Amino acid sequence: MTVNDLARRWTDTDPDSALDLRLTDTCLRDGSHHKRHQFVEQEVRDIVGALDAAGMPVIEVTHGDGLGGSSFNYGFSATPEQDLIKLAAETAKNAKIAFLMLPGVGTKDDIRAAQDNGGKICRVATHCTEADTSQQHFGLARELGLETVGFLMMSHTQPPERLAKEARIMVDAGCQCVYVVDSAGALIMEDVSDRVSALVAEIGKDATVGFHGHENLGLGVANTVIAARAGATQIDGSVRRFGAGAGNTPLEAFIGVADKLGWKTGVDFMQVVDAAEDVVRPAMPEECTLSRNALMIGYAGVYSSFLRHADNAAERYGVSAAEILLEAGRRKLIGGQEDQLVEIALGLKAAQS
Amino acid sequence: MSDKVTAAIVGPGNIGTDLLYKLLRSDVVEPRWMVGVDPASEGLKLAADKGLTSTHEGVDWLLKQDELPDLIFEATSAYVHREYAPRYAEAGIRAIDLTPAAVGPAVIPPVNGEEHLDAENVNMITCGGQATIPMVYAVSRVTPVPYAEIVASVSSASAGPGTRANIDEFTRTTSKGVETIGGAERGKAIIILNPADPPMIMRDTIFCAVDADADRDAIAESIVSMVADVQKYVPGYRLLQDPQFDDASAATQGRTKVSTFIEVEGAGDYLPPFAGNLDIMTAAATQVGENIARGMLK
Repeated sequence: MTVNDLARRWTDTDPDSALDLRLTDTCLRDGSHHKRHQFVEQEVRDIVGALDAAGMPVIEVTHGDGLGGSSFNYGFSATPEQDLIKLAAETAKNAKIAFLMLPGVGTKDDIRAAQDNGGKICRVATHCTEADTSQQHFGLARELGLETVGFLMMSHTQPPERLAKEARIMVDAGCQCVYVVDSAGALIMEDVSDRVSALVAEIGKDATVGFHGHENLGLGVANTVIAARAGATQIDGSVRRFGAGAGNTPLEAFIGVADKLGWKTGVDFMQVVDAAEDVVRPAMPEECTLSRNALMIGYAGVYSSFLRHADNAAERYGVSAAEILLEAGRRKLIGGQEDQLVEIALGLKAAQS
Repeated sequence: MSDKVTAAIVGPGNIGTDLLYKLLRSDVVEPRWMVGVDPASEGLKLAADKGLTSTHEGVDWLLKQDELPDLIFEATSAYVHREYAPRYAEAGIRAIDLTPAAVGPAVIPPVNGEEHLDAENVNMITCGGQATIPMVYAVSRVTPVPYAEIVASVSSASAGPGTRANIDEFTRTTSKGVETIGGAERGKAIIILNPADPPMIMRDTIFCAVDADADRDAIAESIVSMVADVQKYVPGYRLLQDPQFDDASAATQGRTKVSTFIEVEGAGDYLPPFAGNLDIMTAAATQVGENIARGMLK
């Protein structure tokens, strides 16, 4: 198919951009989970430099769990995230640097610091039923002149109508683009387009819609294509899948697909493929794969960043990581409740003896 | 002369209404007024049914009455309490602040419940603080704690609009309480609202960094004994697992990590028992209010 069959285009929002879709690479944020938050300055400089040179319009840099995420619960950062944001902003010639924050983890002070360090896009993430916890942060971000994005995490857990209501809360608070975030990689094709369409219908021209996918059931690129067709004009992914769980939508593959479909992303396919192979891969501890436990995450509908924490708890207490993840699904844990995985492991261990 | 001190509850939301049930059982505090701003408020209606004077005309109305309360329990939001606190003080009314405003000194009953009984304003920190700071203190009274971090998970149904609109105040006030009352050099607080249905019971995890040679048995003993102290006013406060000790490593920044897992089941006064976060807050405020009242009645 070569028809340019997009419901909406980014150029409708930003006519100067001439882009059909605006991409955000998040390997320096979502990949922080896979990296156990151990990024060092040289890696950030190299990755930002290579992606910026390939034409990537937005690059997200933060601890995996957002500003203030460095902790016992989520893992301490090897390098303070604010230093990395500053370095990324200094390195990028054209790309805008985005940062993520989760109300309840980070605070408004963290947003101010990220802006001082050169961050331009403030992305506020809440569980997809809790959008009203983001209002003070969107309010501040707009006051500071930051561009804003809202993340409705674990979107697979709610029907399209509920997501649309939550999106409206974010938009009314000052959010300029609401993302359907498939944190568990559990959405399947039409699940994505139904949700994106519902958001587009609800927020109309008041804001744009985005999609953030994971690979846990192997559907990252396919889900992103269908999201774009339904009207998502901002698209997340991570070069080389460098993200939590089985990783994010492999952005270089999506860029190739977009080229074939005639969708303008502004990113050079050959250059981004080289960046993936020569610059990003060497910074990864290992490839992001559809391992047994990553598949459990997609199958059980569990937050992708639980993967490494379940591995840790399984090793520490001699129990099965897959069992931990399945129990996390049964308990309906949401993003941020990593502490409960240890408690689950202790319960499994007690049941064994 | 009544043998009880009189009290007004300002803010007829989840916290204020749950508190009402507890104060109605008190031997030393008599809740007489419920003050709100929304005529349709369920809490106001409920208080009137229980024989209180309910008003939706706010604090302005209350402070114009001929008879003023001895105590005000503030259950609105941090912003509202910061505005009202000076007016209560001016009127000579002692305030027990259940918002994260932190105007007055913080009180956690089993840690410093006998302190600040003469203060014109005392602060109850946050529900997460009431649930977790006793555990931080239990460790810090045994060995120095350079860093403590708490993770509070509560059901979405138990978090009212005030908490949601001011979530930064929750994290900031709680982490400060982890330091000033808990005794950690540096504190951090994380809150999660989980919408699972049926609603989850409040769960808290408390991480403390301690020296590698700290006495682990003494720490564990201190935690268990503090849990028993909290159970005296919140019977549903439970240790889920034995305290866990992780040896120092790069992942723990070179300190031994102590992890304590807690569940807080409420008394089910206003919201059902899952809302242990409301229960521990209002039970603690009742304790503190009664301590102050006893002082006033002497």
